[in-house]
Amino acid sequence: MNPGFARADNSLIARWWWTIDRWTLAALLLLVAIGAIMTMAATPPVAEKLGLDPFHFVRRHFSLLPVAVAIMLGVSLLDLSGVRRLAAAVLVISVALLAATFLVGAEIKGARRWINLPGFSLQPSEFVKPSFAVICAWLFALQRRRTGTPGDLIALLVYGIVVGLLLLQPDIGMALVVSVIWGAQYFLSGLRILWIFLIGGGGVFAFAGAYFVFPHVQSRINRFLDPQSGDTYQVARSMEAFTNGGLAGRGPGEGRVKTHLPDAHSDFIFAVAGEEFGLIACLIIVVLFGFVVLRGFARLLSENNLFALLATAGLLVQFGVQALINMGSTLHILPTKGMTLPFISYGGSSLLALALGMGFMLALTRKRYGPGEGA
Amino acid sequence: MATRVGDILTRVPGRLTLDGTAKEAIETARNRIAFGGAVFALAFTVIVVRLFDVTVFQEPREAQPPRVAQTQRPEMERADIVDRNGALLATSLVQASLYANPRQVLDPAETAAKLAQTLPGINERDLAQRLAGERSFVWVRRNLTPRQQDAVIRLGLPGVHFQREERRVYPHGELTGHIVGFTDIDKNGLMGAEQAFDESLKSRNEPVQLSIDIRAQHVLREEVAAAMKEFGAIGGAAMLMDVETGEMHAMVSLPDFDPNVRAEASPENRFNRLTLGTYEPGSAFKTFTAAMTLDYGTGNIGTAYDATRPISISRFRIDDYKPQRRVMNMSEVFMHSSNIGSVRMAESVGRDRQREFLRRVGLLQAPQFELPEIGGPQFPAQWREINMMTISFGHGISVSPLALAASTSAIVNGGIYRAPTILRRTPGERVAGERVISQRTSEQMRRLMRLVVDKGTAKSANVPGYLVGGKTGTAEKIVNGAYKKDARISSFVGAFPMNSPKFLVYMMLDEPKGNKSTYGYATAGWVVAPSIQRIVQRIAALYGIEPVDETAPTVRDQVFVNVAVR
Repeated sequence: MNPGFARADNSLIARWWWTIDRWTLAALLLLVAIGAIMTMAATPPVAEKLGLDPFHFVRRHFSLLPVAVAIMLGVSLLDLSGVRRLAAAVLVISVALLAATFLVGAEIKGARRWINLPGFSLQPSEFVKPSFAVICAWLFALQRRRTGTPGDLIALLVYGIVVGLLLLQPDIGMALVVSVIWGAQYFLSGLRILWIFLIGGGGVFAFAGAYFVFPHVQSRINRFLDPQSGDTYQVARSMEAFTNGGLAGRGPGEGRVKTHLPDAHSDFIFAVAGEEFGLIACLIIVVLFGFVVLRGFARLLSENNLFALLATAGLLVQFGVQALINMGSTLHILPTKGMTLPFISYGGSSLLALALGMGFMLALTRKRYGPGEGA
Repeated sequence: MATRVGDILTRVPGRLTLDGTAKEAIETARNRIAFGGAVFALAFTVIVVRLFDVTVFQEPREAQPPRVAQTQRPEMERADIVDRNGALLATSLVQASLYANPRQVLDPAETAAKLAQTLPGINERDLAQRLAGERSFVWVRRNLTPRQQDAVIRLGLPGVHFQREERRVYPHGELTGHIVGFTDIDKNGLMGAEQAFDESLKSRNEPVQLSIDIRAQHVLREEVAAAMKEFGAIGGAAMLMDVETGEMHAMVSLPDFDPNVRAEASPENRFNRLTLGTYEPGSAFKTFTAAMTLDYGTGNIGTAYDATRPISISRFRIDDYKPQRRVMNMSEVFMHSSNIGSVRMAESVGRDRQREFLRRVGLLQAPQFELPEIGGPQFPAQWREINMMTISFGHGISVSPLALAASTSAIVNGGIYRAPTILRRTPGERVAGERVISQRTSEQMRRLMRLVVDKGTAKSANVPGYLVGGKTGTAEKIVNGAYKKDARISSFVGAFPMNSPKFLVYMMLDEPKGNKSTYGYATAGWVVAPSIQRIVQRIAALYGIEPVDETAPTVRDQVFVNVAVR
């Protein structure tokens, strides 16, 4: 592929082309393309069940795809301070909207997560995640610069506000992802090992203790984590789908699981992929996710800018954890949890927010010379 | 080394502080990034392994059985009784009974009027009076239909309530009346299977499965009823029994009764002729005389017996029904059902051995059977010479048809006696039994019984391809201690197919009368054998028993008897 840009070309686009991580970009675009195919496979039965035109979701997804790609590419053009400013703006707006859901939000399946706009409903919490990752990274990096700014404390404060709002919605899955992002960034920015064990171990111990000792806590958590079903119906169906798919799948459109599961187009899309396209397609998806995350981590090993390192790590953690939790619960190695598979699942807010996040990530991992700008 | 440099630099305040601190933090972060990357790599590996596990290493479940809503069997006081294929023979239905609490009834007159309007047959004035009384419990109507219950609920009357009650229902009515029996109002079994399996019906919440096949039961009942009608018989009975397992596939005794309305059933109708009734078997008993002679080795199929003259002993005279007045061999004696020849055979065996043999084949004691209505045999306490003689052709002894069937079954099945049963056996189960005659005797007896249908008295029982074999019996009935002329029990006991018997089939008619088509004869060969033919035809079709090629050398070899027919 000949980019048509000379190395010496110093225009914005040319500079972008030579500095962007093209492998990661290719992997992300491939995921977006697979997501488009999966949307065509998985959403028609769901739309029909809701009494909509079978291609309702397909049309919506396809109308958002160019927007998402544009956001991702556009954001990736930004430099570090541009990233930070955009993230700050998005975080402020989305946290405000998050708070607004309690006033004007639409209640869906027992939780207020959505804001209805004309022709579109927005899930602000999706946009919180990437912007939160960038801002916390900046705050942690600020503390390490010893400029006297209490970055860690502010980061803790921001974390408290965001998680508090998410828990109130309630959206435990999102709260968990945000916590993992924050914890990972704190860990990377030099949290003492002792504290890691104290905090981590204490949390796990308290959680496990409460879970196993008190039956009512246990059942409450079970139902909390898995609000749609009190039984294992969804997971059993999902496992069946993988088994029936086998190596090469039943063939496009031949799947059955999508007609049985209410969330086949979002939480259980991986099972649809497994049934219709088989193990090979699933492996391709896993490898693409693994490639993006691990390549990102590998590249961070030579990153000189702490803010860029922490922000990228936070974004990759969000991306990876979300993918792992989704695939893990579809494969019945984690409890069922409503979480989208990045770029593959249907979901407007999720798609745009991920495009934003990956745009940040691409911008942050562009080749810079020297430690980059300070402050 | 970079850390060292960083350490050094951090000590220098001012110019290098920013950079140095950041560098140190960067180093830590990079080290931990490697750790984080490893965790992610591990997690993705787990996903990949799991993917292989669920897609490739598990059996595909293409034919996933449809999900069926698990309906809890309602807790019933009494379990169901079903036939061998699961058809309901007895079940409990929950019904509502309507009662009133007069103290809660606001307006007795209105309540009574509305109830009388809704439920036909209620005496309005009587009910109004009772509702106006001081008691707190008054039955209004027992066992309402769901529709009636709904109608009463819709009336919205205060003070009327429903009591849950169970009612025993017998879907097949008289078809299985004698077999299933019935219960009393407190649901204690009083007859048939209801009494026999009372304990397990009460304690286990799973059905009792009988060996009866309701379809075969229907076939037999239809044929017995038709024959009864044709020959003006006062009663009749038939049964179909698996000779290998002892399972009863059908047991019909007519007249019968509907256990759903048992109050209307007369004792005569409740009487089970197969199990409780005992009858002189007549010539059908010659089977045992021949078997005994063969088994003791005192004669063989070719042995000649002198039947030229009637036998006179004390004041009795024993003669043949259709005297041949000649010397006959055993197969001829059996085929023509010669009384004189049978007496000669019994004489060759002897009195004691005859009694011993009959005891051995299970004819001198009541058969072991689950149903409580069991009749034991009647036979002379003093087994004299004359008793030996009459018993050799089935007189002077009475046994139940059930006992006769079980013992005949042992004669044809290779010589093993198995207690008859009304409970279904597990398919393929080897049922233990007791050897009562040798294989060889059984094989010879099958030839003789086939001969009776092929060329003897029961020719009209023949069904091409099914090798029916058996023995007819026509005995005069004993009424008030004396033989009654023109009142007979005509019966046939046999099995098919005779080269390798599967089913024993028995039928009897009580006091059949000859008609034009039988030239006035009411003997078994005329009145019962044709029914046997139809029963075998229908059962063979029902059970999908394939016909055998009677001309095939192996089959001919199995049933052939060299006998000249006159």
